[in-house]
Amino acid sequence: MPLLDIQNLSVDFKTASGPFRAVDGVSMTVDAGEIVSIVGESGSGKSVSMLALMGLLPWTATITADRMLFDGHELAGLSARQRRRIVGKDMAMIFQEPMSSLNPCFTVGFQIGEALKVHLKLDRKARRRRVIELLEMVGIPAAAERVDAFPHQLSGGMSQRVMIAMAIACQPKLLIADEPTTALDVTIQAQILELLMQLQSETGMGLVLITHDMGVVAETAHRVSVQYAGQKVEEQAVAGLFADPHHPYTAALLAALPERATSRRLPSIPGVVPGQFDRPTGCLFSPRCKFATERCVTKVPPVQGRQAGYALCHYPLAGGRPVGHPGPGATIHPDLQEVA
Amino acid sequence: MFGFLFRRIGLVIPTFIGVSLVAFFLIRLLPGDPILLMAGERGLSPERYAELMGRYGFDRPIWEQYAGYLGSLIQGDFGTSIITKKPVFEEFFALFPATVELSICAMIFAVVLGIPAGVVAAVKRGSGFDHGLMATALVGYSMPIFWWALLLIIVFSGILQWTPVSGRISLLYFFPSVTGFMLIDSLISGQKGAFASAASHLILPTIVLGTIPLAVIARQTRSAMLEVLSEDYIRTARAKGLSPFRVVGVHALRNALIPVITTIGLQIGVLIAGAILTETIFSWPGIGKWMVDSIFRRDYPAVQGGLVLIALMVMVVNLIVDMLYGLINPKIRHTR
Repeated sequence: MPLLDIQNLSVDFKTASGPFRAVDGVSMTVDAGEIVSIVGESGSGKSVSMLALMGLLPWTATITADRMLFDGHELAGLSARQRRRIVGKDMAMIFQEPMSSLNPCFTVGFQIGEALKVHLKLDRKARRRRVIELLEMVGIPAAAERVDAFPHQLSGGMSQRVMIAMAIACQPKLLIADEPTTALDVTIQAQILELLMQLQSETGMGLVLITHDMGVVAETAHRVSVQYAGQKVEEQAVAGLFADPHHPYTAALLAALPERATSRRLPSIPGVVPGQFDRPTGCLFSPRCKFATERCVTKVPPVQGRQAGYALCHYPLAGGRPVGHPGPGATIHPDLQEVA
Repeated sequence: MFGFLFRRIGLVIPTFIGVSLVAFFLIRLLPGDPILLMAGERGLSPERYAELMGRYGFDRPIWEQYAGYLGSLIQGDFGTSIITKKPVFEEFFALFPATVELSICAMIFAVVLGIPAGVVAAVKRGSGFDHGLMATALVGYSMPIFWWALLLIIVFSGILQWTPVSGRISLLYFFPSVTGFMLIDSLISGQKGAFASAASHLILPTIVLGTIPLAVIARQTRSAMLEVLSEDYIRTARAKGLSPFRVVGVHALRNALIPVITTIGLQIGVLIAGAILTETIFSWPGIGKWMVDSIFRRDYPAVQGGLVLIALMVMVVNLIVDMLYGLINPKIRHTR
């Protein structure tokens, strides 16, 4: 049985201008000890689905799911109190902005120790010992002194290490890292990723890595889930994804990697992720897809089988070619063809 | 920290001179003078008038008078009251505890009700409680103090007869003043019912004086909390599985207190201004009432000295408030 099993998760936000579906029927599983990466552009609902899992969305959000099993427990029907026993203990999360994610009014030791106090009921002395131990685990030098430091006395990288220490304080079974390196310097990014990998292999916890950086995915993940506009468009093991992407969006993301650029200009995906008011009918990626045909615009694409990476597409790619595609003449975006 | 303290004290000096200037000239802008008022209905001869004006130095050029006044102020001499012939400093501090007692009670009333009300309103944003509280706060803030005081007296002292109308304590009790604070002195005296009497006299003035600070603190707490509640570290706290009570009461409130404390500090001035009206209405023997009486008697030294001393108090309180920030948010302590 997988550690985390989400089936058909949707999140709707009530907004002043009507409802907005941020996550649309996403399914995913994470096994114990597995690293699953969720990739996609900004606004593709990567963070929202994980925040929904953690119960951290505001009251304007409505969460529906066929199944939301974590460690054998169904999360959907839990009361807030019951969920708080799991959140922060067995399931923890770190965020994008380490500097603003720490409370400026309290010492690092206090903030890490809180989880130990609430979930494990450790006394003051035991908490302090464990906090120092945790700080050493995440590679903070002079941990015994840093316990009493305030967040503003730490750099961004140090703050993220503290956030990680806080998250792993109760030895969670699942750690969700929401773009943990986006706000950091490139050199620090590598260190933080390395630390996460090391802790993951030492503790055997499941790790969900939300990112938009394909380079990070290639180096860390076992399995990748690609999201677009709130939908999961493809899911594959990492090697297969890089070798043979099945969804045109995945292919376009990979083609946009600077390392893979062959022309003088870096390739890009034209347009932006559709928002609340410009949601296309049919396939959500069709306005930006170079293979899109009339059918893509009018009919909602099916989920392909395992062989085709569960691609949400009428013409899933195989070896870079769209299967079943009527040919270049049928595409509705000939201009995109030329750019590519 | 000490550099900051010195800079702040450096700022106090020009403020102090400004206040003395305003205090000195404003009272002299009022028609009439203390000599005429002392003489009363029957009047006095021009010779006697000139002699008295000369004795108090009121015949000298006004700039000279001010220079003399400022000179003695700097030496700590606040002058002598023309009416009571007692040093202004002594009179002020004899009455000051009554005002402090009332102000402290009013502030406690405002803080104890205002902060929780603001927090609840922010957490339940958009709810009936939130709208109700904000509307009530607006009404409380806009209400004229004297009208509100008379309304309360009519209802609670007149119709319901729950509280006394005026004064600090029932005339049945007498005991020596030890601290100047009636609540404490009545306890020390050990007389039965003295404390209850003192407390019941405090209720209405406390509510009247505390209403505006209450409204301001509740609104400020609400807006500060709303801002803090959307911060990333609140999400972090919730991600730890902390109870909503702990997230709001510990993680959010501590951060929201900075602007609230600033507001409380600024309310000290409002409190003193309010005390003048409140004390007059409730015959509360504090400096507010004393100031009003002194203005009516054109007791120049008393009004000037009182104003300068009040201004000094406000400055000291604000200085203390500024230093409190660092205690709450260490980031502020270090960047200064």
